[in-house]
Amino acid sequence: MEDSILTLRGIKVNFRTIDGIVEAVKGVSLDVRAGETVAIVGESGSGKSQLMMGTMGLLASNGTIEGVADYRGTNLVGLSKQQLNTIRGRKITMIFQEPMTSLDPLYTIGNQLIEPIVHHQKISVSEAKARAIEMMKLVKIQDPERRMGSYPHEMSGGQRQRVMIAMALANDPDLLIADEPTTALDVTIQAEILELMAGLQKRLGMGMIFITHDLNIVRRIAGRVVVMRYGEVVEEGDTKSIFANPKHPYTKALLDAEPTGRKAPPAAKAPKILDGTNVSVTFEIGGGFLAGPPLLLKAVDHVSVVLKQGQTIGIVGESGSGKSTLARALLRLLPSEGAIVFEGRDIAKLNKEEMRPLRKQIQIVLQDPFGSLSPRMTAGQIVTEGLLVHEPSISSGERDARAIQALEEVQLDPKLRNRYPHEFSGGQRQRIAIARAIILKPRLIVLDEPTSALDRQVQGQIIELLRDLQIKNNLSYLFISHDLAVVRAMADHIMVMKDGRLVEQGTPDEILENPREDYTKRLMAAAFA
Amino acid sequence: MLRYVIRRLLTAIPTLFVIVTISFFLMRVAPGGPFNQEKGLNPDIKANLERVYHLDESLLMQYLRYLWNLVRGDFGPTYTSPDFTVAERFANGLPVSIQLGGMALILALLIGGALGIIAALHQNKWEDYSVIATATAGSTIPTFVIAPLFQLFFALSLKWFPVGGWGDGALINKVGPVLTLMLPQLAIVARLMRGSMIESLHSHHIRTARALGLSDYAIIIRHALRGALLPVVSYAGPAAAALLTGSVIVETIFSIPGVGREFVFSALNRDYTMVMGTVVVIALFTISFNLIVDILYAVVDPRVRYD
Repeated sequence: MEDSILTLRGIKVNFRTIDGIVEAVKGVSLDVRAGETVAIVGESGSGKSQLMMGTMGLLASNGTIEGVADYRGTNLVGLSKQQLNTIRGRKITMIFQEPMTSLDPLYTIGNQLIEPIVHHQKISVSEAKARAIEMMKLVKIQDPERRMGSYPHEMSGGQRQRVMIAMALANDPDLLIADEPTTALDVTIQAEILELMAGLQKRLGMGMIFITHDLNIVRRIAGRVVVMRYGEVVEEGDTKSIFANPKHPYTKALLDAEPTGRKAPPAAKAPKILDGTNVSVTFEIGGGFLAGPPLLLKAVDHVSVVLKQGQTIGIVGESGSGKSTLARALLRLLPSEGAIVFEGRDIAKLNKEEMRPLRKQIQIVLQDPFGSLSPRMTAGQIVTEGLLVHEPSISSGERDARAIQALEEVQLDPKLRNRYPHEFSGGQRQRIAIARAIILKPRLIVLDEPTSALDRQVQGQIIELLRDLQIKNNLSYLFISHDLAVVRAMADHIMVMKDGRLVEQGTPDEILENPREDYTKRLMAAAFA
Repeated sequence: MLRYVIRRLLTAIPTLFVIVTISFFLMRVAPGGPFNQEKGLNPDIKANLERVYHLDESLLMQYLRYLWNLVRGDFGPTYTSPDFTVAERFANGLPVSIQLGGMALILALLIGGALGIIAALHQNKWEDYSVIATATAGSTIPTFVIAPLFQLFFALSLKWFPVGGWGDGALINKVGPVLTLMLPQLAIVARLMRGSMIESLHSHHIRTARALGLSDYAIIIRHALRGALLPVVSYAGPAAAALLTGSVIVETIFSIPGVGREFVFSALNRDYTMVMGTVVVIALFTISFNLIVDILYAVVDPRVRYD
């Protein structure tokens, strides 16, 4: 294409591993024209990141790239590092998913902004500093002169991502590659960053490649979409027509993966399972010998929760809002103030020994399917571990039978029960975690972001499974999530939390369609724009 | 920061007190005393000696006396060499040990650090493998094997440096002991540096620096090395305390009049005051170097804040 600034032809990226060559990208061709935004969409492992990492010469040491990546007549593939460094950081720049770790923790923001400006433009440090402050203003960082002296750890994730954008744009690039730049951020921050990027892209007239798994973002920001799967492009076209009329079955599946359906509220006379009144959790920070009194932090501030049998309460809020802390306090996994009544019994003052028999009734499924399963136990051992504590009398044969039954309930092949966690996919691991919870026949399960680490399609399957299990076993769920689309599909009652306090609560319709509080309104606008 | 340092220095006092107390009584649990000899001393002479040194008093009394003297800076007399006090013995021996240990430490940090960086930059290439091999050899071959081998080849056959002796501190006399002290430290520093440098080079902010087209020099020295120094710094503190207070093996093999030998010999001879003096000196070195490491940490890493 004539006005294309970056032309990829037959790009292949391979990784040498112990198990042989892994083909991450299998011959992708792509054009980016000046001033347009192209989204590359795909699930994890589709090769979308490696395609651009390869183009930028940023592959891990065991990776190789073949093909042609033509930037205004120069093939980036096979360029020496010195030659490549005259283009990357100057003409093509890239920002990444991890705003918390993508900046050097040991240097000030100002230092890190000035360094690439001086390096590429060969101007004096004072001129570069003026340019850096100008860039900080451009990405709307308050009080830029003072912020120049801040270290990354003194800034929030959103601010750090703004600094990354400022660094990337300081040398007036033709093309910005953004690899999931908003994925690690809270939804309201995410919306701000997207708005900023879209605005800057128009104003500076640069091309932009936006790598994401989130179709909502694509719809908001991109003019053209490229859908990738297993290292290949399965479909491409302009955003409107792809969304209106997807051709490839995979694209259709992606578009359908948004969780749907609603949950009916429990019967009016359903018994209360859990009743927490004015629950508060306070953390002590610092303090100690000769160090003075500790700092007190109210992580949960007088929040009351009533959960009925068969009910799902969705607790939503951004990171640091106290939603997980509240759930942990209700399960008596953290010391707290306030009354907690479980099935008519006050459990707030019970000690560890007295709580143990009740633990069978209350289970928890955590977010991280990789970290929450012991890597040295088989799936079968993991699932049946709770039985050893709560039903010590049953024989190993019975335990095995129960494991098979539990794994069947979560639709996992029981033949796989002698495998170790690393042999399963993320979705399968989450099924194991769920099986571990239901094998004890609990009354209440706390689901702490159970689908956040999963791709949309897998997420949908897990939601289906959780719904089925709830109906079959008359379970009550406390469902913690920052993902409002998932909460809408799962919960019949929603509580919105911010800074440890309850902001608003009500039915999904009330919260999602007619939010009363400003914070809830902003949250909804950011999530469903 | 100043408040922190003052607080740390204040907490050193109870630490030292605990160390002194435990060592004092532990040492007395061991059978024998400074004047119990194999042949057996005339009982009258022995009683006289014990009276002079207050060893006939109750243990508690002796302990309180020792503490009181220590507070006034008096480490007491030595039993094995009556012409010297403990303080004089350290005044003679400590400078020798500090010179040797200091040179060995600086060389180990510089050479070991450089080797570690080279290995990290050529991960899984021949440069890396040779550094790993050297480091493994250096840390697995014991000093008492290395030192005689050095003496045999470099001193006896090649005559590059003397076999032993202090030679009033002539540089050539220090070569053998310094090399021997340095080698195991160099090996550990190289391994630590390699590991933390590899980790540092894989971190996200290095990817950012590469994406911004910065030069290799800026990426490696400015961004990767600074963060990678932290584990080496935290190792170097206790290592310095150990090296500067001398080594029994090296000082014995090379006949060096340092303080490293004192601890073992005085313990074997039940030279109570000398053992206690060594304990206090080593404790002071360890406490000081740990404090220096913590201060250096805050200098290298702005996220570390003390208040």
